[in-house]
Amino acid sequence: MMGIKWNELLITGDPLILGSQIAILLTMIGIVGGITYLKKWRWLWSEWLTTVDHKRIGIMYIIAAVLMFFRGGIDGLMMKAQTARPEMEFLNAQHYNEVFTTHGVIMILFMAMPLLIGIMNVIIPLQIGARDVAFPQLNALSFWLFFSGAMLFNISFVIGGSPDAGWTSYFPLAGKEFSPSIANNYYAIALQIAGIGTLISGINFVVTILKMRTKGMTLMKMPMFTWTSFIASVIIVAAFPILTVALALMTTDRLYGTHFFTVSGGGMDMLWANLFWLWGHPEVYILILPAFGIYSEIFATFSRKSLFGYKSMIFSIVAIAILSMVVWVHHFYTMGSGPAVNSIFSITTMAIAVPTGIKIFNWLFTMRKGRIKMTTPMLWALAFIPCFIIGGVTGVMLGMGAADFQYHNTLFLVAHFHYTIIPGVVFAVFAALYYWWPKMFGFMLNEKIGKWHFWLFVIGFNVTFMPMFFLGLDGAVRRSYTYSVESGFAPLFLLSAIGSAVLALGFAAFCYNIYWSARYADRNISSDPWDARTLEWSTASPVQFYNFAKQPEVTTLDPFWHMKKKNEGLTLKDSEIEEIHMPSNSGLPIFMGAVFSVAGFFLVFEWHIAAVVAAVGIIAGLIIRSFDYDEGYHVKKDEIKKIESTWRNVEGEVHNDVS
Amino acid sequence: MKKFLLSLTALLPLLVLSGCNMVVFEPQGPVARSITDLINWSLIWMLLVVVVVFGLFGYIVWKYRERPENMEYEPPEEHGSTLLEIIWTGIPILIVIALTIPTVTTLYALEEVPKGYEEKEPITIHVTSADWKWIFSYPEEGIETVNYVNIPEDTPVLFKMTSASTMQSFWVPALGGQKYTMPKMETELYLVADNPGSYEGQNTNFNGRGYADMKFEVLAQTHEEFDQWVDDVKEKAPKLTEKEYEDLLKPTHLGRMTFSNTHLSWVNHADPDSKAYTNPELYRGHGYQGKIFEEEDNYKSEEINENDKHGHDENIENKENHGGGHDGH
Repeated sequence: MMGIKWNELLITGDPLILGSQIAILLTMIGIVGGITYLKKWRWLWSEWLTTVDHKRIGIMYIIAAVLMFFRGGIDGLMMKAQTARPEMEFLNAQHYNEVFTTHGVIMILFMAMPLLIGIMNVIIPLQIGARDVAFPQLNALSFWLFFSGAMLFNISFVIGGSPDAGWTSYFPLAGKEFSPSIANNYYAIALQIAGIGTLISGINFVVTILKMRTKGMTLMKMPMFTWTSFIASVIIVAAFPILTVALALMTTDRLYGTHFFTVSGGGMDMLWANLFWLWGHPEVYILILPAFGIYSEIFATFSRKSLFGYKSMIFSIVAIAILSMVVWVHHFYTMGSGPAVNSIFSITTMAIAVPTGIKIFNWLFTMRKGRIKMTTPMLWALAFIPCFIIGGVTGVMLGMGAADFQYHNTLFLVAHFHYTIIPGVVFAVFAALYYWWPKMFGFMLNEKIGKWHFWLFVIGFNVTFMPMFFLGLDGAVRRSYTYSVESGFAPLFLLSAIGSAVLALGFAAFCYNIYWSARYADRNISSDPWDARTLEWSTASPVQFYNFAKQPEVTTLDPFWHMKKKNEGLTLKDSEIEEIHMPSNSGLPIFMGAVFSVAGFFLVFEWHIAAVVAAVGIIAGLIIRSFDYDEGYHVKKDEIKKIESTWRNVEGEVHNDVS
Repeated sequence: MKKFLLSLTALLPLLVLSGCNMVVFEPQGPVARSITDLINWSLIWMLLVVVVVFGLFGYIVWKYRERPENMEYEPPEEHGSTLLEIIWTGIPILIVIALTIPTVTTLYALEEVPKGYEEKEPITIHVTSADWKWIFSYPEEGIETVNYVNIPEDTPVLFKMTSASTMQSFWVPALGGQKYTMPKMETELYLVADNPGSYEGQNTNFNGRGYADMKFEVLAQTHEEFDQWVDDVKEKAPKLTEKEYEDLLKPTHLGRMTFSNTHLSWVNHADPDSKAYTNPELYRGHGYQGKIFEEEDNYKSEEINENDKHGHDENIENKENHGGGHDGH
């Protein structure tokens, strides 16, 4: 049937991959067996897999992203092991190429993005005093499409072959002319599916933030995390369609023999590079802006001061968002576009330093005259500043077109973007998880293990990536699986590899912290353990499914801080309780995710008839949704009263003390 | 925080030591020197930024940290300061301007014959990158080399670069910056070597399995040595045939080769209408094989088809579609 080459389907012959295949099989058997043994299938289905609750969707995003962090991290460690010594033979060139490709794609698209989108999901409706996002079921669809794309991408290395053309997948290398296996189809199809999910998320957040804010919360009274997420969502809506188009063109090139980017038939490889970075550069600001928002919340909370220069912060994120759209050429100054083009893009690129600098100084002055409490979230935020400055100044250096001719494609560049993305995004995500963990789960992560996690990770990070700046200046190029003894690169590569092991220990400490805290942490905590400032802290921990019994009314920035100061709006009288309208769960999003996975898988293997048959399921899902008249349900007053009494004290006040 | 800063300072001596001989800071020609000057200029400003911000950061974090004695202190309400915000918007703008001016002038200068060399007649060398080798053609001298290029010292060399396969990047860090080589495109790069010497060049743009070893040597010679070498090559080196050239373009690693003619007489890959020497069959090996598409300009000699018959039986259905395709022009 259809000429399936069964013998090529599974990747064989590499002991590392064989080990993974066995491990994947055992893990799957373990999970299925465990859930069956504990009789949790019904619970899993009705409470999680079909949920439309933004908090649970957010948590699922976070869980999936942490798993992807693990996968991407293993890829990173394998690269570091391979380059620890010159002329090492741990990975061959082909395997190394696959590993750095999946490392890049997974870390950006399946780790950083979903972690931030997960946190946005949990926090934004709470910060704006809403009961859910604007389109709850669409939100679930976003998650399942992301998950479908991520899983499709992840099976590539065991079934069919891992993409191996770099996370940028430059043509013509990524085309059929030079990569005739189906491996790079995974890139085109899996990213397409996940990208649609992200685009839907972006639309959902734009509408949520514009339309769902509680009474009194004008745009200029929104918390900074909401602001940055809003702008990031706008960038998603503007930039992701470009990725959609680029991937669609890539798909037709690879599957149907068109010539958009090929060498033959008048294709234009430069077009791919332009389209990719037209999306790819805004993409890094989609990552960094919500992270900036997280830091803004944390600096304000743990300095016990409102954010310094709120308006200039908003001005600078808008400026960054606009500039992010007009700098893409700096990824290929070396393509010979000529000095005029390169000059313009050098200027726009360096200009980004200005609004970013404004933000750094505003954070510093938020802390000035404050009382800085060194909690784990605050430590991450503090470490972010010096590390990110190094990433920032090297970014300006790279932005100078003429100088870039010597940095381009070297490890200097690799060090630079790890110095922006890790302190910028990964530190922020850790900070956010420590900070909002009690909101999500009702217990706090352990501070002592948290500090181990922090120090190991931050020291490991610097030891891993600082040497790469110098290796790059000495001529070491990126993506090279090995180097000679004579090159003299060996000591710094070894140092970098040692650093990566420390980094991995830091991540292990984080995982241990989750385990330890889940088992032993105190459950009887305040709903506002950090003495924080924004609305999410005015409701229970973990947050009840309807978020707020009564939607709070806002008159100032940092509304909860002022409510506490003035002792207003903290109580809930029985007479104020009204029935709450909530959306019903739906199995449709997970069904759509599954259908997309199957259709995508067939498309990857170029089994077109099977893919079309599976795609009928997508159409069917859309039709079913169109005839869905479920209006949701109402939560009865008695139930609200019962839930509220479990966490408020007798006067109906916010329970504020740690007992 | 202290521990973190300590760990950074512990790294410094090591970095300074390794910094002594970093290739980007040891330019061997005017082109590389102009870039190094620009880098040094930017480093001064960037160090200034780092010192100021790190200093301010350390001061604020240390001074306002929570201590047992200041637990009663309640920070003031403060919303910003227009003056301060103008200052820290204005100063970065000035720094950016200070960096922009030399960046733009250098960008323009890099496209020209380097200053001071205008009166010297530049020589032209065509660079063709292929998987995974570098082909250098000297049209004026009528010779061609693979994986090494000899140039006369103190003479501007204009590299006219293109690719016979994927997008690659031509980089000789000691002599200057890099530029991409792309099929059916031509990019140009001027380099000058101050002194005789051997400099390593390499591809920096990932292009598949053989990428790591895609290196070449630039040997700068005195004029007498260079002329002598050209004469020797013309006299002794074999001629390259079209057939041999096709073999040469297959994805392989080759050592050094020398020829007494150039492939430019039958194909210049920079020409937008030139034949694309693609052959997906040669890139098979990894993973599940997909459909490949017959292109008019795919090249396939009989011998390649013969070789493929063993081992790739499962591809027969694809192969049936492959007609001639060798007739290109």
